Amino acid sequence: MWIKPAALRRQGMLGMNRRNLEFIGHYNSRASYPLVDDKLRTRRLAEQYGIASPRLISVLRTQHDARAFVRSPDSPARFVIKPGRGAGGKGIMVIQGRSDGDFLKASGEQLSRTDLERDLSNILAGLYSLSGQPDVALVEDVIEPGPDFTAWSHEGVPDVRILLFQGYPVMAMVRLSTHRSDGKANLHKGAVGVGLDIASGRCRHAVQFNHRVSHHPDTGHALNNLSVPDWHPLLMQAAWCYEATGLGYLGVDLVIDEHQGPLLLELNARPGLAIQIANGQGLLPRLRHIETLSGPHLTPRDRVDHVIEQFAASGLSNGGNTHPPHA
Amino acid sequence: MPSRVPFYAGLATLVLAGAVLAWLRHAELGVPWLPGEDRSVWLVEARVDFRADGEPVLVSLDLPRNPPGFEVVSEQAASPGFGFSMVEEEGDRRGEWSVREASGLTTLYYKAQVVRQSSGDDRGEAPPPQQDIEPVFWEEPQATAASELLAEARRHSSTPESLARELIKRLSADRPDQNTRLLLDTRAKARILKQLLNQAEIPARLATGLRLEDARRRQKLQTFVELYNGEQWRFFDPESGEQGVPDNLLLWQRGTKSLLDVMGGQDSRVSFSILRQTVPSLGLASSSEALGDLGLFGLYQLPIEEQGMFRILLLLPLGALVVAFMRIMVGVPTSGTFMPVLIAVAFLQTSLLPGVLTFVTIVALGLLLRGYLSLLNLLLVARISALIILVIFLTSVISVVGYGLGLNPGNTITFFPIVILAWTIERLSILWEEESAQEVLKQGGGSLLVAVLAYLLMQDPIAGHLSFNFPELHLIVLAAILFMGQYTGYRLTELHRFRAMSEPD
Repeated sequence: MWIKPAALRRQGMLGMNRRNLEFIGHYNSRASYPLVDDKLRTRRLAEQYGIASPRLISVLRTQHDARAFVRSPDSPARFVIKPGRGAGGKGIMVIQGRSDGDFLKASGEQLSRTDLERDLSNILAGLYSLSGQPDVALVEDVIEPGPDFTAWSHEGVPDVRILLFQGYPVMAMVRLSTHRSDGKANLHKGAVGVGLDIASGRCRHAVQFNHRVSHHPDTGHALNNLSVPDWHPLLMQAAWCYEATGLGYLGVDLVIDEHQGPLLLELNARPGLAIQIANGQGLLPRLRHIETLSGPHLTPRDRVDHVIEQFAASGLSNGGNTHPPHA
Repeated sequence: MPSRVPFYAGLATLVLAGAVLAWLRHAELGVPWLPGEDRSVWLVEARVDFRADGEPVLVSLDLPRNPPGFEVVSEQAASPGFGFSMVEEEGDRRGEWSVREASGLTTLYYKAQVVRQSSGDDRGEAPPPQQDIEPVFWEEPQATAASELLAEARRHSSTPESLARELIKRLSADRPDQNTRLLLDTRAKARILKQLLNQAEIPARLATGLRLEDARRRQKLQTFVELYNGEQWRFFDPESGEQGVPDNLLLWQRGTKSLLDVMGGQDSRVSFSILRQTVPSLGLASSSEALGDLGLFGLYQLPIEEQGMFRILLLLPLGALVVAFMRIMVGVPTSGTFMPVLIAVAFLQTSLLPGVLTFVTIVALGLLLRGYLSLLNLLLVARISALIILVIFLTSVISVVGYGLGLNPGNTITFFPIVILAWTIERLSILWEEESAQEVLKQGGGSLLVAVLAYLLMQDPIAGHLSFNFPELHLIVLAAILFMGQYTGYRLTELHRFRAMSEPD
């Protein structure tokens, strides 16, 4: 049930207090938070740096907008609604189709127009926004992950979380929703977390509810066959986010669209610690390695190349600290 | 990473300063480290408020004189611009404030420090002066009612004492008969009792006193009746019929002299505040000068009303310490960072078990009601506002039901911070929708756990004593909180959360 602090230290596990104090507090400037807390700004910023996001259908700013959108016969049949300032996937709704004026959620649940209007009105009132401020609702295209990748997940789209430290992608995982997690990608609700080899995007370790698993509980696929397509472009997309935001400790959430490739979902200035459990490996050795680099790599490509060389799964059992710092 | 040395040096300075100041206060002023019942001093403050007319003002307040069972160790009057003197007349002591001209709202304070005196009780055994039997005038129909009531009480009694007891029994009956009701409509119980006794040719007089209970504000004097049975004065509480001066009663005045006279002012009133202090009487007796140096940090000079508030205020740092510890070192999730401290303060008023029961009931019922509110499709601000009103209804209902069942004095519930409760319910309810009932239990339970721990620390008599009498010790609390602010180790709950890391790779 419990693990000794010494054992955690040996494995270089990063704790909440140290994360807040030495990484978020030290490397993330408060002034940059609005860039990532406001999805509309994130999206505009990303565009300037050539980072693609899901196509924006419309932005609902007022109760009137919401009403008009729900009632309009021209509204698209499939769309995703996101609160502009929500965090951690809260308030996100995926509408997969319509029947008789009702909306169908990804889970098959039916939403009447009034239901959807109420949900939108909650978003606009700031129910999901971090400080309770009035918010906007973003209406976006639904993502098509392609048959190969969708099969891994039960309902929901698998998303890739990459942890960026000073622009270096130091660790990555895929979150697969399960029946237990109710189609959500949150690990503490029972989604499967698959730790990825940072060099290849292949599975190296997987957990559900803090326990190692080898197969997806619902789809039955063997997880060690999982491999994220287009891995290198995806790492590059993520690495550019450092240029865009200047945040030194950043969580980048991406999805892979069959036609458009990697798309940026959201950025997180306070990324969680579960990525370590998914990888079965602590973050600290890698973070310390980056901190002690004598000369920084100035371009995203150099940084990606560096981590591929340093943190590749083969031959590295315990992070990158066993290798001498790259000169 | 910048050097931590200045930081730790700062912490050490804080701890040292706190410890040295506390030690000085202990050594110089003799403030004891631990609360001790025996040395406790009661601070009694009479506050006179009136509106001055812009003319010469003379205020005269009756002061206690050798109250039985107590000794007045020091007294002082705080009165900006007023001259103050004490006058003795006819065995009576009065404080007199005067000023050539005053206008507007004016407040005068009289403060006395009294200590319990266990030695013999000479409870005013003076022979009765003749005027204590006043001729009694009743108007009809009260006159008949009084005679009938007296006659009936007489039938059931033999001595002056038993007569008094019979009268009190009838006056205080749950359903007084018609005669009694007639009398009670016209004047206060104590006065009726005195008049009835006088009518029966028994010397009797009124006395007023103050019940000494810790941290009371805006108290009024209670009225009692004394009768002379031919040998000595006997003391009666006209409400309960209890005989003898209660232990905690500070007798303020005897006889029918007025309590307060104000010339040159209007709308005058007097109210009392009481506080128990553990400062030894000697230290206080010479306090005025001794407090000079350290007095800067002492709260004793404040009006007693405010001292009572500071007692609670100075407990808050302890609550904050508990929250910081539980969140940083242990990692207990709470709903709203400092909500638990406010709940703990409410527990201080309600005591633990009724407090916890009430809190859980209100939050549980609130969550149910919030469920219905969410069906109404309301905007956020309106929903919270509606929730606040519902929470107020809930507390009223619980108060009434609780009172009806005789479970707890219902009014204590009102100490719960209503707005905080409403937000807690809203947050937990969203958590329920978004996450799960399990998560609600986790955060709600976490909040409750932290609140109970904060309460346990704050209600500890030693903690209360130290935090109020040695406010500088809060520098040490501050240092502890700052120290925790730099803690980068694992939280206790993380040792559980990361347990998977011990599985073989």
